[in-house]
Amino acid sequence: MERSKRLFMQGNEAIAEGAIAAGARFYAGYPITPSSEIAEVCSRRLPEVGGIFVQMEDEIASIAAVIGASLAGVKAFTATSGPGFSLMQENIGLAVMGEVPCVVVNVQRSGPSTGLATKVAQADVMQARWGRHGDQLLIALSPASVQECFELTVAAFNLAERFRVPVVLLADEIVAHLREVVELPPAEKLPIVARRYPLCPPDEYLPFRPGADGVPPLAAFGSEYVFHITSSMHGEDGFSNNDPANAARKIARLFTKITSHREEVVQVKGYGCDGTLDILLVTFGCTVRPARAAAARAGKLKVGVLQLVTLWPFPDREVKLLARRAKAVVVAELNYGQVVCEVERVVGGERPVYGLHKYNGEGFTPGEIAARLEEVAGLCGL
Amino acid sequence: MRALAGNAWWEYIKKEMLPHMWCPGCGNGIVLRCLARALAALGLPRHRVVVVTGIGCWGKADDYLRTNALHTTHGRALAFATGIKLARPELVVLVLMGDGDCATIGGNHLIHAARRNVDLTAVVVNNFNYGMTGGQVSATTPRGAVTSTTALGNPERGFDLCKIADAAGANLVARATVYHVPLLERLLREGISKKGFSFLEVVSPCPTHYGRRNRLGTPAEMMRYLKERSLGVHAPAARRGEVPEGYILIGKLAERDEPDFLAAYEQVRQRASGRGERK
Repeated sequence: MERSKRLFMQGNEAIAEGAIAAGARFYAGYPITPSSEIAEVCSRRLPEVGGIFVQMEDEIASIAAVIGASLAGVKAFTATSGPGFSLMQENIGLAVMGEVPCVVVNVQRSGPSTGLATKVAQADVMQARWGRHGDQLLIALSPASVQECFELTVAAFNLAERFRVPVVLLADEIVAHLREVVELPPAEKLPIVARRYPLCPPDEYLPFRPGADGVPPLAAFGSEYVFHITSSMHGEDGFSNNDPANAARKIARLFTKITSHREEVVQVKGYGCDGTLDILLVTFGCTVRPARAAAARAGKLKVGVLQLVTLWPFPDREVKLLARRAKAVVVAELNYGQVVCEVERVVGGERPVYGLHKYNGEGFTPGEIAARLEEVAGLCGL
Repeated sequence: MRALAGNAWWEYIKKEMLPHMWCPGCGNGIVLRCLARALAALGLPRHRVVVVTGIGCWGKADDYLRTNALHTTHGRALAFATGIKLARPELVVLVLMGDGDCATIGGNHLIHAARRNVDLTAVVVNNFNYGMTGGQVSATTPRGAVTSTTALGNPERGFDLCKIADAAGANLVARATVYHVPLLERLLREGISKKGFSFLEVVSPCPTHYGRRNRLGTPAEMMRYLKERSLGVHAPAARRGEVPEGYILIGKLAERDEPDFLAAYEQVRQRASGRGERK
């Protein structure tokens, strides 16, 4: 049996290697800082493993090609940053509507617009969730280390196939450009979810007839199953359908096929979260590391760090349960205030919720977070 | 190549969806039938064909076809089709777009699909305006023409789509009108069979919007206009390069045999495997 490999690697490289390990054989993208290394690695690595790399004319075309490749039965992904992510939104909506598995990596940088193009931010959390028009739900994961860049990319492909949904890997400039040692497990130890293909006779296949779990099996173009996918509202046969009852059923299923399996989707990590806490420090991505360092130096204050690995659907229950064991909640994030609103919604006034927000293109230092913890302790009389 | 006898082409038409939604006098139905007949003549099994459409009147064509289909967002059909073709090269990928879809919102994808020379067949029905949304100006509307958003005359020039496709490097560039059915069918067969990017423009009347606003007469009169104002590429005047103003040049306009994207990418793969061996 192959042993796992220990390598010194950059976050963006780990994302590319994670995608290939997950079975991705198609990448279409457009260069943008700070995600470009993913494209560069894929342009060398994909042809080595029989895959295809294509640099498209823009991000709109990139996500379109990814969706096309996925429907032809090949696991496919793209990577970008804020401006490109904005351009992709309409076609990500098509992937939601057409229930096309694919992975979109957004290495977040400081905005709005061109912003501080080479600097970090965590300000696309709400865009990942709400960036498209219409009612819909997708899955978003956020890595906090190079190891997680690899692991969560694999998880992103697995979830995309499992639920026939686009999955956003919401990385950030710090994590993506960080270099550290990663352990890559041997292929046979990597849990890979294969696409669920239809088993019925080809004449009976309906591309949007859900299985018992709410997720319809998906054939591939070119197989004996001939099928139709459309961006318009459609019935189970994939053809346009204007019936209000059908539309309501379809929209609801876009949510419930994911939310009714939230235990497969929602992942958090707790650091020092046992027992009762003075402060629950909620964070994600590159802010996890300085948050843990700040918690460790909090002296007599007992601070637990809750890392949101899954950002969407939001880990409501996990945040709510842990918040009840703390006297106050602090949310640290590199934006003007996004996840803190979700935490306030979930905690619902049961505990005071304080934000710590930085939006100048720099990451947090442990000292900045520690200072806010002290301040909150003072405000709450801890 | 006259293997068109019988009704084999009906196999490709989703009969239960008929009658189609297009207006009386629209040319889309003619193009649809020619496309089905071309598929039948080439004997392509339905499961090997993917029709990719954008948004617009002609973009609804996939609703009437029994092949695989992907109905996409406005202007982006060529990019979706690129992903399908590169991922599964054995598929025959047809991209059906109107002038608004392909040339106006999607113009960037057109030039790059042609430059990249992906083995796709683009069938662009050009009716010189946005039919579905009420007859607005498009990038092929001639200067001076009246549309619902150029009520006082179009101040802009229209694109010559075939010149764009040719300049961008398509392996096959051709034009027909919906009056010239045998030519249209032949060019569809050639386009589908041709390796690399094939671009076929089909000039078609929109009596509901464009014809009415520009006083071009009845659908029959618009059809007669296509007949009388078309000039084949082999006509003496066309050979001399003297196409009179307002005439539509039809036939095969450009052909070359440049390697398509996947043929060129094969060399990338070979270099990649060579590099792997050196490691």
